[in-house]
Amino acid sequence: MDRISELTARALALLGGDPQADRAVPPTGFTARLTLFTAAAMAFLAVFAIALSLATGRLADRWSAELARTATLRISAPADQADAQVRAALTVLEQTPGVASARALSDDEERALLEPWFGPDLPLDALPIPQLIEIVETADGYDATGLRARLQAEVPGAVLDDHTRWRQPLVTAANRLRMLGWVALALIGGATAAMITLAAQSALAANAQVIRVLRLVGARDTYIARAFVRRFTLRAAAGAALGTLLGVMAVAILPDGGDAGGFLTGLGFTGLGWLAPLMIPPLAGVTAFFATRAAALRTLRTQS
Amino acid sequence: MIELSDVAYNYGGAELFSGLSLALAPGSFQFLTGPSGAGKTTLLKLCYGDLRATSGVVSLFGQNAAQMNRDEIALARRRIGVVHQDCQFLDHLPVAENIALPLQVAGRANEAEGNLDELLAWVGLSAQAGQLPPELSGGERQRAALARAVITSPDVIIADEPTGNVDWEMSQRLLTLLVELNRMGKTVLIASHDLNLIRAAKAQVSANVLRLKGGRLQAGVAL
Repeated sequence: MDRISELTARALALLGGDPQADRAVPPTGFTARLTLFTAAAMAFLAVFAIALSLATGRLADRWSAELARTATLRISAPADQADAQVRAALTVLEQTPGVASARALSDDEERALLEPWFGPDLPLDALPIPQLIEIVETADGYDATGLRARLQAEVPGAVLDDHTRWRQPLVTAANRLRMLGWVALALIGGATAAMITLAAQSALAANAQVIRVLRLVGARDTYIARAFVRRFTLRAAAGAALGTLLGVMAVAILPDGGDAGGFLTGLGFTGLGWLAPLMIPPLAGVTAFFATRAAALRTLRTQS
Repeated sequence: MIELSDVAYNYGGAELFSGLSLALAPGSFQFLTGPSGAGKTTLLKLCYGDLRATSGVVSLFGQNAAQMNRDEIALARRRIGVVHQDCQFLDHLPVAENIALPLQVAGRANEAEGNLDELLAWVGLSAQAGQLPPELSGGERQRAALARAVITSPDVIIADEPTGNVDWEMSQRLLTLLVELNRMGKTVLIASHDLNLIRAAKAQVSANVLRLKGGRLQAGVAL
């Protein structure tokens, strides 16, 4: 606890700063603008990386949770046998342990499923569309092999699709996309650190004479580094705050496709997820702090 | 306080001097003379830890400079006030802030409030306190550099040609300031080729004259 208090006090002291010490280093317009722009641009991209990760995470969870508990029974039978086979299938399903519920989709529901491909007003009666039965499992699930065997014997036109075949690749893809989002975030952090390091080195090189004078009057490396570190930390945090604000606004105005929307229209934040971008400015500040400190101390070592 | 023992320094592969020994005793007043290029500035830099000797031992306040890390060198420099030939200011800061800089870096900024005005008056720069260094004349810059060198009340004052860019009257004023500091107990080492200045100093204070020539340091030089 004492350690946390000490670190907090040091962080506040850094942000509060020592105006006199800060004045020892003259303002550096170019590196200031470069740092602000880099931090803002990277924060803007980071908002999208976070949004991507959270959205794909939600997608993977939803596909895993929803599809894992459902299955579809498709009945393809001659028109005169269709109703009988549906009834027989529902009877089998009602008797199957692990099936919580089973119901045949109505014509309207089947029409809604096909509408994205065939358009509205699809004449289902005139087309040999199979009848679909939605199955919802209990928590324990059912014995798919046993159910298939029984259906084969009692409902010859029935095909059980438990979604495993296409669900798993989708969930895998969504999980990989989520991971890629975090990798992108790490790359953004690394690129930010690299850019700030270059800007800090440039500022240090431009102020070689200032550093020499400070050394001659007895300044320690940490004193000299502090003036640069504080400056770059605040610049990076301010730039990141601006970039984050713009990124969040951009995400907020992305079109919402609602239930009919696909993956891209679901890219965004929900609930507490909107708070996630708030981490970006302090993280940018911390990144800048360590990048500048390392660059400054390394440069000061070589200049001695 | 500061002691050089059998010190050699090579510059660009060539030996600038070797076998050089020097001791700055507390309260002493010494002049370092010699022709241009003899290594006077280099010798002064060795004395305040800005350069490392090629061989031999440079002792700063009892510590071997070769074994001191940068922080220790920085702390030693706080006990040494240096007046550089080219003054070395932060040109974007007003004169008053430049003079207070050693206190600032030592974390003693609060001491500047009382001392700064007095010091500015002592070196005759009260009116120039808010000006930037490039706006000062040569003499004013030298006096500002002297004020900065003494603001922390260091044990040793090292001045490299402090009167090099000023007229005789200003040289006398600067010399008077350095003599006053010596009378306050400060150790003073001045590199100068101005023999008139050295004679004037010897009239006011017991000063030892060292001559660096041909890589050798000769003490007790008579003028």
